[in-house]
Amino acid sequence: MKNFIVVCCCLAFSTMANAAEFTVDQKDKKFTESEMNIAVGDTVNFRNDDPFSHNVYSLSEAKSFDLGSYPKGESRPVTFDQAGQIEVGCAIHFDMALIINVK
Amino acid sequence: MTNYSKKQLHILLLAASFVLPMQAIGSTLKAGDTSLQKWLLPGEVPQPDNNKMTPDRVELGKMLFWDTRLSGDGNMSCASCHNPLFGWSDGLPTARGSKSKVLGRASPVVTNTAFNAMQMWDGRKKTLEEQAMGPMEATVEMNMDIGNLFKWIKSNKGYKTAFDKAYPGEGINQSTLSRAIASFERTIVSNNSPFDQWVKGDAKAMSKEQVRGFGVFLDQNKGNCAACHGAPNFVDNGFHNLGLASYGDEKPDMGRFVQLPLARMKGAFKTPTLRDISLSAPYFHDGSAATLMDVMQTYADHGYVEGNISPEIDSINLTKQDMQDLVAFMEALTTPPKPFTLPILPLD
Ligand SMILES: [Cu+2]
Repeated sequence: MKNFIVVCCCLAFSTMANAAEFTVDQKDKKFTESEMNIAVGDTVNFRNDDPFSHNVYSLSEAKSFDLGSYPKGESRPVTFDQAGQIEVGCAIHFDMALIINVK
Repeated sequence: MTNYSKKQLHILLLAASFVLPMQAIGSTLKAGDTSLQKWLLPGEVPQPDNNKMTPDRVELGKMLFWDTRLSGDGNMSCASCHNPLFGWSDGLPTARGSKSKVLGRASPVVTNTAFNAMQMWDGRKKTLEEQAMGPMEATVEMNMDIGNLFKWIKSNKGYKTAFDKAYPGEGINQSTLSRAIASFERTIVSNNSPFDQWVKGDAKAMSKEQVRGFGVFLDQNKGNCAACHGAPNFVDNGFHNLGLASYGDEKPDMGRFVQLPLARMKGAFKTPTLRDISLSAPYFHDGSAATLMDVMQTYADHGYVEGNISPEIDSINLTKQDMQDLVAFMEALTTPPKPFTLPILPLD
């Protein structure tokens, strides 16, 4: 769980009980995590920390999304509302891969 | 080691004269600098566990690569389109297949494909082994009846011996044939260019113009080239739409989008290596740039067809001098060609 920035979304103040928020960076053409375990309702922010664009996406059944490409410093959130294993990739960079287990 | 000789001093001064401030990109333009070592390719070529390179496998692969009898008309081999005389491509804008039919995309070089995360302009094959049979099977390319192919190879004593030596007990089949060709392709490596010598510390290996060109290459506000042509193989294992004129065709080649239907992939093609690039004109997947200078002009113009151009191209800002220096730099990426020995093919 190194490099794993958990921006524990103010559990005390959140109206969504127990929903957590995480951030995964794209750095050196890699995700800073290779596998994550999260709960249904949690949100992951995909933040680009490379000096070029990434295009995070998934075509998995439990959550399919295409964040489009965006530059360094920008972050886009995805809320995972269904249990399952989600393979996240980058459309641009073939070998970027991240598994998210939503339980 | 207390006194520098005149020659050493000269070298030190020469090295010092190449030091330019390049803070934005985190690399120092000084021969041998530690920040540059990431540009050296690994000493050993990556090989899958089930296909470690052996001399017998490479030799068999070389025979198959050059054997025209692997095509339907008996007149095309892998080497017809991937020819060392043309930097392991064919010197044509786009390939010519069976019956000389003009195909849609340029023949990609074989050089350093061993280091790629995937193969083909659209990445539809992952490994060299997966790619090897493709052109034989394609009716527009080598147009070979695969059943007949193996019937013939199995009847050829010379090949039978060569397969037995390369893959003992595994027989002659798509797997052994593909692995042999892939083993040969893994020997086609460019890793000893003047640039590599310079990275290793030989300040005289590149000219002043070439070093300047590398600075333009790295500078995000000038060439921004390393955003996609990254270390060490000058690729990002990625796909980009460059806004080439052919993307404006009525039914343009959609490239990677066919494999991965996400908007950004429309008209996007794989970033090719720049190692040995001076040997394989014309350039781009559609062969639309005759020279490296034409390539530079395309980037300086930020492409020609709007719609899905890679954002990395927006920040490019090149003067004529920058373009000339970049071309000079790319010429420093060519490993001096070594003599190549052709195989003798078994007639029966
Ligand atoms: Cu990416």
